[in-house]
Amino acid sequence: MAAQKQDLLAGSVKDAAVGALVAFGLFAMLIGMKTDVSIGGLSIEYRWSAVAIAVAVVFVGRLALNLFVWKSEKPVTAMLGGLVPSQSSASRFGHLITPVLFVLAVVLPFLLMYFLGSRGSRQYLDLAILVTTYVMLGWGLNIVVGLAGLLDLGYVAFYAVGAYSYALLAQYFGFSFWLCLPLAGILAAFWGIILGFPVLRLRGDYLAIVTLAFGEIIRVVLLNWYEFTGGPNGLSGIPRPSFFGLEFERGEGGFADFFGLEFNSIHRIIFLYYLILVMALLTNFVTMRLRKLPVGRAWEALREDEIACRSLGINTTNTKLTAFALGAMFGGFAGSFFATRQGFISPESFTFIESAVILAIVVLGGLGSQVGVVIAAVVMIGGFEFFRQFEEYRMLVFGLLMVVIMVWKPRGLISTRAPSIALDRKKAKGISADLVQEGHG
Amino acid sequence: MSRWNDDPVLRIEHVTMRFGGLVAVNDLSFNVGRGDITALIGPNGAGKTTVFNCATGFYKPTEGRITMKRRTGEHYLLERMPDFKISAEAGVARTFQNIRLFGGMTLLENLMVAQHNPLMVASNYTIGGLLGLGGFRKAEAGAVDRAKYWLERTNLIDRADAPAADLPYGDQRRLEIARAMCTMPELLCLDEPAAGLNPRESAELNTLLHYIRDEHDTSVLLIEHDMSVVMEISDHVVVLDYGEKISDGTPDEVKNDPKVIAAYLGVADDEVDQVEEEVGL
Repeated sequence: MAAQKQDLLAGSVKDAAVGALVAFGLFAMLIGMKTDVSIGGLSIEYRWSAVAIAVAVVFVGRLALNLFVWKSEKPVTAMLGGLVPSQSSASRFGHLITPVLFVLAVVLPFLLMYFLGSRGSRQYLDLAILVTTYVMLGWGLNIVVGLAGLLDLGYVAFYAVGAYSYALLAQYFGFSFWLCLPLAGILAAFWGIILGFPVLRLRGDYLAIVTLAFGEIIRVVLLNWYEFTGGPNGLSGIPRPSFFGLEFERGEGGFADFFGLEFNSIHRIIFLYYLILVMALLTNFVTMRLRKLPVGRAWEALREDEIACRSLGINTTNTKLTAFALGAMFGGFAGSFFATRQGFISPESFTFIESAVILAIVVLGGLGSQVGVVIAAVVMIGGFEFFRQFEEYRMLVFGLLMVVIMVWKPRGLISTRAPSIALDRKKAKGISADLVQEGHG
Repeated sequence: MSRWNDDPVLRIEHVTMRFGGLVAVNDLSFNVGRGDITALIGPNGAGKTTVFNCATGFYKPTEGRITMKRRTGEHYLLERMPDFKISAEAGVARTFQNIRLFGGMTLLENLMVAQHNPLMVASNYTIGGLLGLGGFRKAEAGAVDRAKYWLERTNLIDRADAPAADLPYGDQRRLEIARAMCTMPELLCLDEPAAGLNPRESAELNTLLHYIRDEHDTSVLLIEHDMSVVMEISDHVVVLDYGEKISDGTPDEVKNDPKVIAAYLGVADDEVDQVEEEVGL
């Protein structure tokens, strides 16, 4: 026993030493020498201490891995594996956390005001508005990607259509926010259908590329049509929403005056927060209801097997178009909210990276899972903004986090699918993600 | 003449299907009688599935005409209809050789998807259903009842809320038939329904097909390799070889047709008797 341990230690040290030697060979040049500008040309600066640290890290790391993971009888990683929640417990967690999240979202402004006062809570409310906007966008995209299984990389185009619809209608015709909100949704849905028609016959990767191109076309048009959209200068002075005709202004007839409150600029922020919350919840409500209607079931059936759908008499063209149009409509609603909140929009806000972030929220949360989207949006957007002070490291941590989640839960945080109808509600269980298709466009 | 020519539900007339230079089906004509179980047999690569795909709209035949005549007397020219309309309007349902179920959805959901079109109308194309208008709930309850009925007929009711991909192979085959029947077809096309079934499941399938024909007034067209199934249940057999019809008649007539024996067993004429005995024909 003791001899065995001796062997293990000796072997591990030997292996670690070899690793350290290889590391030295690599790093001696890469880290150890640095060219520097000096008088009369370049000179070489030596940094042997940095090399020593790198080699030491490799040696210690490899030794630890040898001792505790690779050669150990009870690897530490096996213990970690036990900590990973199983699929059923993750879906139960999803069920439990839903009401908690809902109540928290409703009382959030009051909690913040109570603890931080109006001055301190403003930044957090802004962040909450941003997160909720992404939750809404995630839910909208979830219809297209999660339910219908159509990979859409250009979702931000509909967000842009919504935002510009409102801004332009307000600028040219003086329409109010409440009139523009439905119009923006309808226009975005219209563009969803316009995009839908040519891509109907495409699937998978090809569909993704065309939607990506569509997103870029919209942005490039907004950028270059200077006379109409203001080009790179964007549109400013977009009117703010009113509360049933009451403006959030100081003095006579304003919101604060009407309710006998002291004027405070935080009122408008709180109003915006509740506005986006209601819009997001409406998106969720409609989606959940559509899942239980024939059109929602047809979307999911389309994701599972398109050919079988056609053999059952389902018009797959119309089914795909409704998915595109509805997803786009919610994107358009969110876009017009974005415009009214910012008061200023420019094509800068609608780059491809936005599409990627929204898609990442949907995928990380678990395709088709509504709660998963909320958690992913809070973690991604909230976390990203929260750690702003760490600047360059946050991207690194962020990338790592995404890789870890995808290794750990390849189908997203909450990956079970709840049946839309059941004979026996109690016996019906979530369907494991291994059985559910991801869709091929 | 035979009775399938008196009142055919499906008429296939001079159908030719070419894929580039390959002629998969060549000038094929036959009738599927109303209330019959018609079997389409032939060696591998004879063009059976191609005929099937033409009749259900997945392929458009290069030449020829395929006519579906419904009970109401309406005629539908299937070769010029989009595939989804063939199921929705002409009343032709099909299953697939390599089962195509909605694996991630429950059995009940699979059967609900099959009733998409009537439910869509009942939900006023989603708007009424979204607003919770009354008619939809009643239609949905009716659809659930129909799904339950077929789950009971196929002995799958106990697993109604389980995902379809979890079912064993034989059950998946039966579920696919149940799903096709939920579209309320007049002609049910089955692509190798007995493939991979054990003898007991095969016997159950025969009972089910007879039940569908007798109680639901549905004609059946099936492709099959299993001779015992074909000879036992079909009223009419059509034999294809190299895309052409080589025999057409009752099972007894076909069984004794020397052309069929030669094509199907692929042996020299003097060995036919011996091989025939081995396969139990």
